[in-house]
Amino acid sequence: MFGFSRAQSIAFVLMVALIALCPFVLYPVFLMRVLTAALFACSFNLMIGYVGLLSFGQAAFFGMGSYVAAWTMKAWHVDASIAIAVGGLTGAALGLVLGFLAIRRSGIYFAMITLALAQMVYFFCLEAPFTGGEDGIQQVPRGHLFGFLDLSNDMTMYWVTAGVFLAGFLLVHRIIHSPFGQVLKGIRENEPRATSLGYRTDDYKLIAFVLSCTIAGIAGGTKALVFGIATLTDVHSSTSGEIVLTTLLGGLGTVFGPAVGALVVTSMENYLAQFGAWVTVTQGVIFMVCVLAFRRGIVGEIASYLKISL
Amino acid sequence: MLLSRRSALTSAAVAATLPLVRPARAQKPKLKIGVLNDMSGPYANTGGATSVVCTKQALEDFGVATRDMDVEVIAADHQNKPDLAVSIARQWFDRDGVDMLLDVPTSSVALALQSVVREKNKVFLNSGAASSALTGEQCSPNFVHWTYDTFMLAKSTGGAMVKAGGDSWYFVTADYAFGKQLQGDTSTLVKAAGGKVLGAAQYPFPGTTDFSSFLVQAQASGAKVLGLANAGGDTVNCIKQANEFGLNNSMKVAALLMFISDVHALGLDVAHGLNLTESFYWDMNERTRAFTKRVLPKTPTNYPNMDHAGCYSATLHYLKACADMGIAEAKKDGVATVNRMKAMPVEDDCFGTSKIREDGRNLVTSYLFEVKKPSESKGPWDYYKLVATTPGDEAFRPMADGHCGFIKA
Repeated sequence: MFGFSRAQSIAFVLMVALIALCPFVLYPVFLMRVLTAALFACSFNLMIGYVGLLSFGQAAFFGMGSYVAAWTMKAWHVDASIAIAVGGLTGAALGLVLGFLAIRRSGIYFAMITLALAQMVYFFCLEAPFTGGEDGIQQVPRGHLFGFLDLSNDMTMYWVTAGVFLAGFLLVHRIIHSPFGQVLKGIRENEPRATSLGYRTDDYKLIAFVLSCTIAGIAGGTKALVFGIATLTDVHSSTSGEIVLTTLLGGLGTVFGPAVGALVVTSMENYLAQFGAWVTVTQGVIFMVCVLAFRRGIVGEIASYLKISL
Repeated sequence: MLLSRRSALTSAAVAATLPLVRPARAQKPKLKIGVLNDMSGPYANTGGATSVVCTKQALEDFGVATRDMDVEVIAADHQNKPDLAVSIARQWFDRDGVDMLLDVPTSSVALALQSVVREKNKVFLNSGAASSALTGEQCSPNFVHWTYDTFMLAKSTGGAMVKAGGDSWYFVTADYAFGKQLQGDTSTLVKAAGGKVLGAAQYPFPGTTDFSSFLVQAQASGAKVLGLANAGGDTVNCIKQANEFGLNNSMKVAALLMFISDVHALGLDVAHGLNLTESFYWDMNERTRAFTKRVLPKTPTNYPNMDHAGCYSATLHYLKACADMGIAEAKKDGVATVNRMKAMPVEDDCFGTSKIREDGRNLVTSYLFEVKKPSESKGPWDYYKLVATTPGDEAFRPMADGHCGFIKA
């Protein structure tokens, strides 16, 4: 199924089971936050883990997707599926433009260009009239899905979010395990050699970039519906930084890593919130421990211990 | 019936725990207050842990222990992230049974929570957020805005300073919605009071750290007052640089959003001569000093500012209203609780007396202060001298101008 290895199939079934059972134990709104963060991290992982492009501006696509979806929903009262799709398209369009500029360089230069472009997007969101400046877009209705599913119910919204996440997750997995994905990995390992084999590496990188941005936009759009808001936090550079942390913690270049990372980071944010100032300190310490002691991330370490690929 | 050793032991154990269980069962009716603010970021000193201390002080002063009720205070750090705040607040309402949400600085976060609280029909008492939209276009019958807002700051600093002689203004403004709104509101009020605005320099936000050219422009304009239409780190930087240029000798510097905690951070050497508005000062009168004396042992390094005092006052009034209407009723219906709060006059040590307007605006008196020179300051946190007082019914935006939706209904 979708090119899963045996171990991956087991892990996937386990994940689906968890997604299905968790809302009966844990709080659904919190879980939706985890799922959107996980999808966002998956999109980032596609780029850093499989193409080797470290983007410091991933929040731009996530945030813009979130803004445009929220605005569409609020102004036109469209179907939820359209709002989410519009979020994805926004990510794609923005990714095409910014990616066209950014993929001409690699390594630190690529990272800096994406960071700079994302800062421009942030500034745009701060100033543009439709975003509501630092107040953001508020009171976005969740609306209906396909005309009949009322999303104002938390559980319905949860199943929709879970569906979007799984679709995105499988899409990323499919991309990675397609011939196209093989070429991407080839480019990651040795770009001049891929060029010498006749691949137009720039085109491949651009397509991967746009795909990644599309998924980020979808994640942003879904999040806007879940919380009924779109704010500057989502486009801020700290969100870009956090998603790097999330992916590293979960396991770079592993299929399940971003989801695990998102679960850990979001839970920390949520459950440590009552301890006041300690959230950011704890995050910092965990990040350092991760980088120093288990550099492959949680899933990466498990996979290497069991000698399987996850 | 044979009594086995095991069942005998079990029943003995159960019997032993019974007295422990019993008092827990005979519970008093319980209210739960959730303080949601910034505990680790830029507003950790203006709100943060001291807000929680002041909230708990209100329970003590109300004498919760001696009454037929039980109140629990829980707190969380929203890290200025609206989505995190919404997630925590929903969890508090749905799972943890929180009845009242308190403090919540950062306008975007407060606006995001507005709709959550309304949906769940709970009570939202905001002390920390500035946006006057909270009682305007985005108002809610479940909401009271307690301590201050952007309009009141503009009115007090703008209007009162003109009366005190500062009749020509020059603004240094952060070029985004909040900065422009502050500048716009203040300009209107300065003109209404008979002053004039000589000009404004808008600087790119965020990211500007060198304000020298804007400050030189302000100095060259010959205006008597320099208005800083910005917040947080930018205001602090402007004040420091204005001090370096000697601007505070030639003109009055007015910060439109600042707390005593910021003055403390700057130090009197730099901040002296600064004008700012708060609705509470710990050294105002006997009652505020008494209040400060009570809370200070629990927050020795951070004196209460108006945000903290607002948390105290709001909690106290909320508890009075709940006790008045009955805890069970108060837990059931947030709108009814807020209506009861509006019907009762507010009276406490921090703000004296005030009343809550129909749209949820608490009409507190606002004070324009000037920061003392180092030589005038006699003790720790002795920072302000009073310049002007604006009574509550004048300090805030008239209700008709707010276009609050539920008032008409």
